[in-house]
Amino acid sequence: MPRRSRYSRDPLGLRRALSGWLLPGLVAAMALLAALAVAGAQGAAGLADRWQRGAAAAVTVQLPDAARVEPALAALRAMEEVAEAEAIDAARLDALLRPWLGAAPAIPLPALIELRLRDPRADPVLVGDRLAAVVPGAVVEAHGLWVRRLAALARSLQALAWVVLALVAAVAAAVVAVATRAGLAARRDAIEVLHGLGARDADIAGRFARRLGLLAALGAAGGTAAAVPMLALLADLAAPWVGGEAARGLSALPWPALLAVPPFAFLVGWATAQATVRRWLRQLP
Amino acid sequence: MVRFEAVGLRYPGTGPHRGDWGEEALADVTFALPPGSFTWLLGPSGAGKSSVLRLMHLALRPTRGEVEVLGLRTARAPRAALPPIRRRIGVVFQDFRLLPYLSVFDNVALPLRLAGRPEASLKADVTEMLRWVGLQAKALALPPELSGGEQQRVAIARAVIHRPDLLLADEPTGNLDSRQARRLLALLREMNRLGTTVVVATHDDELVARFPAPSLLLHEGRLHDPDNARGPFAAEDDGLAEA
Repeated sequence: MPRRSRYSRDPLGLRRALSGWLLPGLVAAMALLAALAVAGAQGAAGLADRWQRGAAAAVTVQLPDAARVEPALAALRAMEEVAEAEAIDAARLDALLRPWLGAAPAIPLPALIELRLRDPRADPVLVGDRLAAVVPGAVVEAHGLWVRRLAALARSLQALAWVVLALVAAVAAAVVAVATRAGLAARRDAIEVLHGLGARDADIAGRFARRLGLLAALGAAGGTAAAVPMLALLADLAAPWVGGEAARGLSALPWPALLAVPPFAFLVGWATAQATVRRWLRQLP
Repeated sequence: MVRFEAVGLRYPGTGPHRGDWGEEALADVTFALPPGSFTWLLGPSGAGKSSVLRLMHLALRPTRGEVEVLGLRTARAPRAALPPIRRRIGVVFQDFRLLPYLSVFDNVALPLRLAGRPEASLKADVTEMLRWVGLQAKALALPPELSGGEQQRVAIARAVIHRPDLLLADEPTGNLDSRQARRLLALLREMNRLGTTVVVATHDDELVARFPAPSLLLHEGRLHDPDNARGPFAAEDDGLAEA
């Protein structure tokens, strides 16, 4: 009689009292949201980092004509806050501007120098002032302001993702608490019998906690698995923004964080069930 | 072993305010049961027999006075101190309280599993106990598949499998014919002979007459003997006569 002997280790009959797909299904939906939030947080962090590190340090110097490029380069390379100064090749500039100006621009193009500052927080205006003193007509264009705005946006998105994650965990705990109460109501007689036979609160709460933690972890595993294709698609779409060297598709996903979702769900389910059952048991002497 | 000292008990009332308390179900109940004794708990329905039993197996705590069971003063004992005492008490309930989704074997094995006995050593004990109550052939049956008398015997087996120091039975013969009732009493007397303190609540006068023993007589929540400080054993004959 395998069906019956199987219950010997489950004296509260929780496999039947706490069964069905409602709880794992709800947890799966929340794990999906959690996975999206985790990936969003990591993606936003990556973008913010990259923009701050890369673009914020890039400064363009405009010169009225090509003859002043060499003195300007010499002056810039002498400055200690400048990490790198490189003239932009005229052919490349032509290629960059062709879509806007046509194949043979009638207007004279300025010469451009790309700068990289050692410290992205340094004020490029000061560099520009000192350069203008040496090479008249030099104008410094910093992208710092819009990069800082983009980075601030990315950081807000990241913070939002963490808030969403906390909210999802709280809702998951509430769902587990409701399921625990339903299980307590269904097994009230059995709990009273075990309690009367001398079961400790820890025995009874532990059985509920293991069962509910397992259900939550199963649901979370399903939800996270469902999130993976979506995230892979998003990672593909985001790849150009994150830079060419970034991996695409599946390998771009934040795997450690995603793999942590089911164990985290188990912990939320376990702890919520423990607290709910122990509080309920206080009504028994 | 079991000592009641001016025990009063009220159940939470159903009044409009939380914390309202009902009438006193027990008042000024004082007695002491020595180890290894067999005691009848007598009285009409509603006299408080079940309340006394529930205080004895720590399903309730007194609202007044002190109940001492197996050395533990329960009135103010910390909650965590109660489970170890409960595991030394066996109870046969009027409605059996078997777990319907567990087999007879698993129901009887429950107290041993709760005490942490390894599975290997538990099987022989449970099988032996089922043989003792004549149910070895039904070990894998579920309780709803058994007759009332068979369920009763499962309940007894579960109550005594862990050799409790104190064995309580609440109207244990209510669902049995007289032959089964006598057989049950023989089992309880046998446990008593092996050293267990036994308390049986009943209103079956015939049964009490067949197995004379000291008795506690309850009437409207009080021990009938006004001078109950003497304990039930001094008042044995009075109790029997008035039951």
